[in-house]
Amino acid sequence: MAKPASSINKNIHAVGQWIDERSNISEFWKKHLSEYYAPKNFNLWYFFGSLSLLVLVNQLVTGIFLTMHYKPDAELAFASVEYIMRDVEWGWLIRYMHSTGASLFFVVVYLHMFRALMYGSYAKPRELVWILGVTIYLVLMAESFMGYVLPWGQMSYWGAQVIISLFGAVPWIGDGLVEWIRGDYMIADATLNRFFALHVVALPLVLLLLVVLHLAALHEVGSNNPQGIDIKAKKDAQGRPLDGIPFHPYYTVKDIFGAGFFLIIAAFIIFFLPEFGGYFLKADNFIEADPLVTPDHIPPVWYFTPFYAILQAVPDKLMGVILMGAAVMILYLVPWLDRSPVRSLRYRSWMSKLALAIFAISFIRLGMLGLSQDSSTFELRLWTFLYFAFFILMPLWTSFERTQPVPERVTK
Amino acid sequence: MSESESLASIQPPENPGRRRLLAWTTGVVGAVGVGAAVWPFVSSLQPSARARIVGAPVEVYIGNLEPGQLVRVQWRGATIGVMRRTQRMLDDLENLADQLRDPDSSSDQQPEYVRNFHRSIRPEILVANIHCTHLGCIPQVLPEVGAQPFDENWRGGFFCPCHRSTFDLAGRVYRGVPAVLNLLVPPYRFIDDDHVLIGEDPTEGAV
Repeated sequence: MAKPASSINKNIHAVGQWIDERSNISEFWKKHLSEYYAPKNFNLWYFFGSLSLLVLVNQLVTGIFLTMHYKPDAELAFASVEYIMRDVEWGWLIRYMHSTGASLFFVVVYLHMFRALMYGSYAKPRELVWILGVTIYLVLMAESFMGYVLPWGQMSYWGAQVIISLFGAVPWIGDGLVEWIRGDYMIADATLNRFFALHVVALPLVLLLLVVLHLAALHEVGSNNPQGIDIKAKKDAQGRPLDGIPFHPYYTVKDIFGAGFFLIIAAFIIFFLPEFGGYFLKADNFIEADPLVTPDHIPPVWYFTPFYAILQAVPDKLMGVILMGAAVMILYLVPWLDRSPVRSLRYRSWMSKLALAIFAISFIRLGMLGLSQDSSTFELRLWTFLYFAFFILMPLWTSFERTQPVPERVTK
Repeated sequence: MSESESLASIQPPENPGRRRLLAWTTGVVGAVGVGAAVWPFVSSLQPSARARIVGAPVEVYIGNLEPGQLVRVQWRGATIGVMRRTQRMLDDLENLADQLRDPDSSSDQQPEYVRNFHRSIRPEILVANIHCTHLGCIPQVLPEVGAQPFDENWRGGFFCPCHRSTFDLAGRVYRGVPAVLNLLVPPYRFIDDDHVLIGEDPTEGAV
């Protein structure tokens, strides 16, 4: 501590200068944080984007530490997870942070997507942001499915059996395709091993790349806001949007507050409800995988149940699989199905509001029906119909409904 | 040299035909090379030599199989049920046609030599992959006649607890259930009166 503080600051500054002369790091900082102008009227719904990033980081860090003890081997996998839970120092915490994190990932992503539907965040010029977002959602589903297989419990095994057999519905090549995915004539060590490789290496890389592209595409066109106002239309003399505020420090601070609130809830679940009454981790998954014993009931994890319900609503395997796939893929079309001149629900008529409400209820109801094994076929079909009606009829009501004029400037 | 100068210096090819040929040749050879490089990776995901050996035919002793009894064996990771059916069961099979989706086994779920109403080589011995054809669960075996929660006039068969698909005692699927295909019959042959070999056709040898 020979040098006074000011001298240390000077040295740090010099190092920063040296790096900056050889890179565009300060340009990057300005473009994406200190001079990225976000609308000043973000509300609660705008927490879920940054929270998704937070959960992603949680999954990466806890995942890396889990691989240090986990054995991707059909003989050893189940025991190694129990070893992590019982014998590894703090292993139970890391494992529950990862397994609870997976469910919370879908909670924040679903809310994030609902926000986009409410405020028209997919509408021009943000179509690419939406397309990348839906792709992230797809990869996330694959990632979580493969992760769920790794503990090699009964639900891991039989869930994989059910999901992989869906590919058998593909005409002509179905059986060969299923065998190729499994790498054996059954769900076996080969399947577990490759799912491990995909879950810990391949898909996280894809996910990270997509997240970077999602943010890059967003920062190119700028963030939407609850009123759907184009803030870039009104700028000051310096070219800054009048209704925009720099992301840093304003929204970084706001998001840190949101993260703190979220972490309190997450910590409560991790400590007191890690299995969440069977919704996050099923009791059957604490029994080692047994190819000779099928559990009485094989429901998927809660975040897949709406699509599973759609599968069950159709009495034909191929048609069921096609409809289930379509239920996800149709999201890609939303920017073009919506013909409304305004973005936000706030300036749309009761028709859009009712349609979104019915859609949200049908998604939740399908999720509940998909958890049960004796749901009424009528109800399954009714809600499946309403789910698809939302998308298919969207061009109609968005063209015909009377919209209110959107203010030029952001209001309270 | 600035960018504009370098762009200006690009001249059209003297011999466009030769340029096109070279471009296409390069492209095609490159595509073949990419294909050849991808092949080992795609192929490595297939069942390995070890998995194929483990998947060899399985011999089952049926000399002590009681009438109405079903034994389960593993072949290629699938559960194969071998059952000795009674005369009552066989008589029933002929009268169920109107309740079944595919009573004549028209879909490709069995070898040609068992395409008959009892779906077997010997009428009394059923050999079938008893994984449900809906999503691969293993159905419960409920061979007795009597009312069940899912069917008041149950004549005996297989009931899948996953999504309530039902099959008769020849593995033929009932109407109005999620599964649409009959249970799969694997290739098999009789070695002698008391031994079945699962995984090998009567004439053609191992699959």
